[in-house]
Amino acid sequence: MVADTRSKIFDIVLNILIFVAVLVCLIPILHVASISLSSNSAILGGRVYIWPVELNVDSYKVVFADKTMIKSLVFTAQLTIIYTVLSMLMTILAAYPLSKKGLKGRNFFLLIIVFTMYFSGGMIPDYILVKNLGLLNNFWALVLPGLVSAFNMIVLKTFFSTLPESLEESAFIDGASYLTILVRIVLPLSLPVLATLSLFYAVGRWNYFMDALLYITDSKLYPIQLKIYQIIFNNMQPEISAIEGNLSSNLLPESLKAASVMFAIIPIIMIYPWLQKYFISGIMIGAIKG
Amino acid sequence: MNLAPNIAVKNTGVKQRKRKFIAYMSQHYLLYIFLILPMAYFFIFKYIPMYGLLIAFKDYNVFQGIWGSPWNNFATFKEIFGMKDFYRAVRNTLLLNALDLIAGFPAPIILAIMLSELKNKTYKKISQTILYLPHFLSWIVIGGIVIQLFSTQTGLINVLLKKMGMGPVEFLSKKNNWLLVYVASGVWQSAGWNAIIYLAAIAGINPELYEAATVDGAGRLRKIWHVTLPCIKPTIIILLILNVGRIAQIGFDRPYAMGNYFVTEVSDVISTFVYRVGLRSGRFSTATAVGFFQSVVGMVFLLTANYIAEKFGEQGIW
Repeated sequence: MVADTRSKIFDIVLNILIFVAVLVCLIPILHVASISLSSNSAILGGRVYIWPVELNVDSYKVVFADKTMIKSLVFTAQLTIIYTVLSMLMTILAAYPLSKKGLKGRNFFLLIIVFTMYFSGGMIPDYILVKNLGLLNNFWALVLPGLVSAFNMIVLKTFFSTLPESLEESAFIDGASYLTILVRIVLPLSLPVLATLSLFYAVGRWNYFMDALLYITDSKLYPIQLKIYQIIFNNMQPEISAIEGNLSSNLLPESLKAASVMFAIIPIIMIYPWLQKYFISGIMIGAIKG
Repeated sequence: MNLAPNIAVKNTGVKQRKRKFIAYMSQHYLLYIFLILPMAYFFIFKYIPMYGLLIAFKDYNVFQGIWGSPWNNFATFKEIFGMKDFYRAVRNTLLLNALDLIAGFPAPIILAIMLSELKNKTYKKISQTILYLPHFLSWIVIGGIVIQLFSTQTGLINVLLKKMGMGPVEFLSKKNNWLLVYVASGVWQSAGWNAIIYLAAIAGINPELYEAATVDGAGRLRKIWHVTLPCIKPTIIILLILNVGRIAQIGFDRPYAMGNYFVTEVSDVISTFVYRVGLRSGRFSTATAVGFFQSVVGMVFLLTANYIAEKFGEQGIW
């Protein structure tokens, strides 16, 4: 009986603690969302907590009226897709041969790749390289330098090597080339891993900021992170057309910044349920490897 | 019986090896073709910058290029070891990482144990989904959230403090407060996500151990202490070692997005220092030397940590 009551108390305390942890996760985002949706007087009066007070969507009107914001969003989406497709292609091309234990020179290739996980030239030599390649202010500066992650490649290589060899062998004896085997047999068996790694690449690209800061000065090529960085930290106003001019002058910088932050969060939240599912299987694959 | 072919091999060794190689290649050449592009990538974008590290030992001049610039007899290194800001950046890198480790390392372990004890599966699943969310936000976005949340006038924290009759606290412009915010943001971003690995370790514990503990009359807290924790100890130790191994390395996005003019004294780390000196002031050689220093130290730490972790792994960790 005593044990039962104690267990019950334990459960109650546990549930409360988890609930608090969940709240801690959500409150900062809810607060920003509320600021972005509240009236100026409510914000300045310190009356905004985690729900909107005196609903006001002017800040969103300004953000969405700014064509460069929308363009940056579309640009980042395109960039993410192209980057992810190319990254996956290269990762597969490296991981498949290196998953073959009998491949001559395999250890040499692996050493070359793994070494880059421990040592790198760093920011300035990277910058000089990009500059020398003529990629400053070029779309490809955001794609090529980070194209293959050695870690992702090893995760995929490890996964490939767990596939039963017999599957490939029979096809090989039947005269199928490695390309056919890769496309027809290996890749279809690896779809969950491929999805996971694609998402690793995609989210990484979506959220990454440093390369754009270093390599891009042309605002047409601003990824969304750089764009909102300028609004949040440099107090830059969105570019607005003449009609909305009045709107923005009445707008608090706080609510504008909040709306910009939300502008960058919303796409992530929209695909989040899907993200989560594949990401967790991905971290597991990584864990097994480690 | 076995000797005969061996002698034959000896006689025609080179020829046969060549023939074997050709036979091997004609069967497997496609694999090498696959490798061309990725290896080219690693060569161009990873190894050429390593060659670029040479400018740390030279007076780099854009017009003369990496090779043509004159050697400077370690003058760059003498220069950086005489810079106050360099030591500050090193200290801050270690300081921020150490604080991150102290606060951020136990958090996911505690969270994972709590989550694994939850009985209601739906509640568990929903909680996990929400707890993982911050991991998917960029540091720029988190920096934006932090500015809003801790703003002295309109931020939630200060609004609440004012309600309780406490004056506005300048969280972002006072050094110690800023450190607190920096560490808290790290825990907020990663505690839930990092709990996954411990959850997996806990899920792998043999249920018979818990049954035996129940028979012995152990309560739930005792079971956590005597079963769960000892069972995930290897995971904890390996992750701790690997995390300590990363103590000399720091990303750019987070300190850059979180730092501000008033707290440079504690927020300027190696990556932001390299950016400022190299790309803002154009002192490429100096910045490269700093980066080189970090790369080497970081590599030594990482390799040592990996070595120790592997040793532990082999022994099954006491």
